[in-house]
Amino acid sequence: MSFFNWAWDWVTTDANWHGSGSIPQQIVAHLGYSALPLVIAALIGVPAGVAIGHRGGKGAVVVINIANAWRAIPTLGLLILLAVFLGFSPVTWLVPLVVLAIPPILVNAYEGVAAVEPSVRDAAVGMGMTPWQQVTRVEFPIALPLILVGLRTAAIFVVATATIAAYIGLGGLGRFIIDGLASNEYGPVAGGALLVVILAILVLALFAGLSRLVVPAGLRKQAKTE
Amino acid sequence: MMWSWISTNGSLIWQLTWENIKLGVLPALYGLVISLPLGVIASRWRWFYPPALTVINVLYAVPSLALFIALIPAFGLTDTTVIIALTVFSLCVILPNVVAGLRGVPAAVTQAATAMGYGPLRRLVTVELPLAVPVILAGLRVGVVASISLASVGQLIGVSSLGYLFIDGLQRSFPTEIYVGLVLVIALALVCDLILVAVKRALTPWAARPERQRQRRLRQLTEVAP
Repeated sequence: MSFFNWAWDWVTTDANWHGSGSIPQQIVAHLGYSALPLVIAALIGVPAGVAIGHRGGKGAVVVINIANAWRAIPTLGLLILLAVFLGFSPVTWLVPLVVLAIPPILVNAYEGVAAVEPSVRDAAVGMGMTPWQQVTRVEFPIALPLILVGLRTAAIFVVATATIAAYIGLGGLGRFIIDGLASNEYGPVAGGALLVVILAILVLALFAGLSRLVVPAGLRKQAKTE
Repeated sequence: MMWSWISTNGSLIWQLTWENIKLGVLPALYGLVISLPLGVIASRWRWFYPPALTVINVLYAVPSLALFIALIPAFGLTDTTVIIALTVFSLCVILPNVVAGLRGVPAAVTQAATAMGYGPLRRLVTVELPLAVPVILAGLRVGVVASISLASVGQLIGVSSLGYLFIDGLQRSFPTEIYVGLVLVIALALVCDLILVAVKRALTPWAARPERQRQRRLRQLTEVAP
């Protein structure tokens, strides 16, 4: 049997949808484990990226190199290290997922603001805007499409990687995969994997919709004509 | 931290490091090899790129663990499974950069090459690809760092890498082993990253740090002047 046969059989088995540790419960848990780290990472990454982009100068080299080095941290290793020291506290799963989500958010927020055209910046200064107004009313809205791309990438990373958190005993869809692997049952493994993929694709679609809603109409028009 | 553990387990550590290098570097190289022709196609025939980008976004949303699992029926619990999955991820990171790099070649440059009698293939190989090198290598850097770091997840399906140190360390509640794994994964990723930075410098001598060159020229001038 192929991956999809296994996954389909397991997902369509009625018993897996009821009781404790059922599919709906684990989906909700999975979304919970994903949302909080994403919000924390956004609160750190977006302001930092925007601020560095606003300052300009040598920021680019610094941001890109730090983000690249940051990506080298293996999430599984960090998770396990924290689990050994802290047990199953919230910090154990929060920190690795926040660490994972920061680079794409930071880099895109930086690139978005750094790419604002100098003439637009000059116009903002010429109109007498304070630095705060320049950032919040000109640079941030223009950078918003890229900021959303960063958030989207981070969201997908987090949803995908929250799966691994099951390895240290956390709930979520990873439970099915890890438990299935441990007991050599391929059904829940394949089914759990399929559900994570579907969840990640839904997140992708959510952000596609969000970027339509949030991006200012003028910019959308401009993007289309380009 | 038990330093003696490192010296008594030197051969194990060395073997796992080598495995991790293989599982991290090969996928990035395969990803590059596949991305180059696809990127050329995408930059020549523009209609090809938007659907390809959608496929890439969806593939990139697939959790590494889920992709490993989906490949198990076909390739078993082997290196091949991990290498193929990580190649897919590298491809997702590298291809957009190949396209961006090729599209970023100024029209005046390609026109000049054409005017000098360069055919499409010669122009691509001797003009466009070299100019796209910095952007392509930026993608490759992300690809290789991510692959090295993600290879450790392969340990969850039993494919050995430095991830072994994480999992064994957790089972034995032995932090030293986890530290060693973390440090080695990060060090491996950073070394590969630095190698690629050096490769970029070697391949694009014309892009060499204009600021420093200018200073050097200035210094020469002042030294020559009496």
